[in-house]
Amino acid sequence: MSRAVPGREPAVPEDWELVVGLEVHVELSTATKLFCGCANRFGDEPNTNVCPVCLGLPGSLPVANAEAVDCAMRLGRALGCEVRGAVFARKNYFYPDMPKDYQISQYDQPTNTDGCLELPDGHTVGIERAHIEEDTGKTTHIGGGGRIHDADYALVDYNRAGVPLVEIVSRPDIRTAEQARAYVRELRAILLAIGVSDARMEEGSMRVDANVSVRPTGSDELRTRCEIKNLSSLRALGRAIVYEAQRHVDLWSGGERPRQETRHWDEANGRTTPGRSKEDADDYRYFQDPDLVPLAPAAETVAAIDAALPPLPAARRADLAADGGGAVSAEDAALLVERGQDDLVRAAIAAGADPGVAATRVANDLAVEDWAPVTPEGLAALVAMETSGRLTATQSKQVLAEMAEGGGFPDAIAERRGFQAMAGDDLAAAVDQVISENAEAWSRFCAGDEAERKKLAGFLTGQVMRATRGQADGAAVNRLLGERAGS
Amino acid sequence: MSPAERAPADRRRAYPSDVSGRITRDEAAHVARLARLRFSDEELDELAAQLSAVLDHAADVEALDVTDIAPTSHPHPLVNVTRADEVRPSLDRDEVLAQAPSVDDGQFRVPPILGEAP
Repeated sequence: MSRAVPGREPAVPEDWELVVGLEVHVELSTATKLFCGCANRFGDEPNTNVCPVCLGLPGSLPVANAEAVDCAMRLGRALGCEVRGAVFARKNYFYPDMPKDYQISQYDQPTNTDGCLELPDGHTVGIERAHIEEDTGKTTHIGGGGRIHDADYALVDYNRAGVPLVEIVSRPDIRTAEQARAYVRELRAILLAIGVSDARMEEGSMRVDANVSVRPTGSDELRTRCEIKNLSSLRALGRAIVYEAQRHVDLWSGGERPRQETRHWDEANGRTTPGRSKEDADDYRYFQDPDLVPLAPAAETVAAIDAALPPLPAARRADLAADGGGAVSAEDAALLVERGQDDLVRAAIAAGADPGVAATRVANDLAVEDWAPVTPEGLAALVAMETSGRLTATQSKQVLAEMAEGGGFPDAIAERRGFQAMAGDDLAAAVDQVISENAEAWSRFCAGDEAERKKLAGFLTGQVMRATRGQADGAAVNRLLGERAGS
Repeated sequence: MSPAERAPADRRRAYPSDVSGRITRDEAAHVARLARLRFSDEELDELAAQLSAVLDHAADVEALDVTDIAPTSHPHPLVNVTRADEVRPSLDRDEVLAQAPSVDDGQFRVPPILGEAP
């Protein structure tokens, strides 16, 4: 078994190929549940948002939430799916998280089919389907250290039972752990852009299961897969996929085969452990729910959804890249779009800001939330002050932080703080002072090879920064050091 | 739930049977287990025969040529019955929990559950 290198994932051996499909459950941010008027709200007192419908009491009748259906269709179109007539089906099983003893889902006629999602690196992942279903209640196991098998009893809260979900099932088109994470990030960006979910993995409003298998590189067969559950972060998703793939490679290489089963990711120990054997879909005895009539969206409905879709992340990244004329890095563009700060940067570029500096300054140094007071004009002015040398990068970051807090225009902030890049004679004097105070370092700098020089330049620049309380421009200091050393 | 299992696949698989089209005792026992019902072997044999008769009837229907008949999704000729996304009052929690045989800390208390949710 390969060991994880901190900060890097071990790759699957070259002669094996990773085959991953993801199933992502997303809670829709509607006001009410999928089939009743109970509030869809996270964090309320247990069992306060329940009614005869979501408790499955006899004689109650579900009626579909128009907004939930609309959200699901919007998501389908954003993923390029065909939106079609659909029927609700009952998935039958006995478990106390669903008091009806079935979950209402969609089975052979889902709302959305055959879409795709393009990752920022250009790789395309097919979407098999995105169907509507209701969430289950929350069970808490008490006693036995919280472990399911040793519990003394369980407590059930039905506030979540009936909350609308869309389950997005990808095709097994994912080939690396990084692609899996990129897929989830991109899906989340789309969900936020169209406003159908807050998609928070840590709060459980976005839940990811991974179907993992491996095959010899060059083959197109699909071998036995395992479904990995309990992936509560992108980091866990990547680690679990790599672990599970390596487990499969080891089994196949040793002449064994993996069992088709559900497995749990054990974050603390960095491994997957077996869950139940995967039962046959037949065992759920799916059948059309007789309490609900079919959904049959009219062509005009779908056309209206298309017309109202906002620009999606892929298009926004492309727009930002085009405005930046090649100066905005792909990483910055992805980050800015994910945070919804791309419009600000594009407007600043339109107002004359240097695209690369504007994108980097916002991507690296602007708060992720609460940055509304920053205007495109203000940002453009700040970037101009930085590129003209009036502010150092360090000062520029501080001014930007104050702008985000509503501090006003950048030149006023800089003046108030006494910021200006030290230039000319003052800067030269400061550099000479540092050289004379650090004679030993200076002589090593002058005599050193490139690596040594670089190291000592960092030290000496730091000393100048300290002496000038950050008012020196790092690039200018570096230039002066080079001149003084006679090169 | 995986893509392969979701596929409508061969709907006949929903009606397991041996070559003679009969439901076996094991199949009846399997369905009983899914429904959390317990039967004696004699009862299972009797139920297997009854279930086989139901399947025979389904097979008769299946033999009909329905090429020109639209599938009936529902006895009511209705589609797109929805409600507005408006919150309505939920039930009083004390009243709800009073219906349950066991309650703890504002929640339904149930016996320890072996295994996990499907």
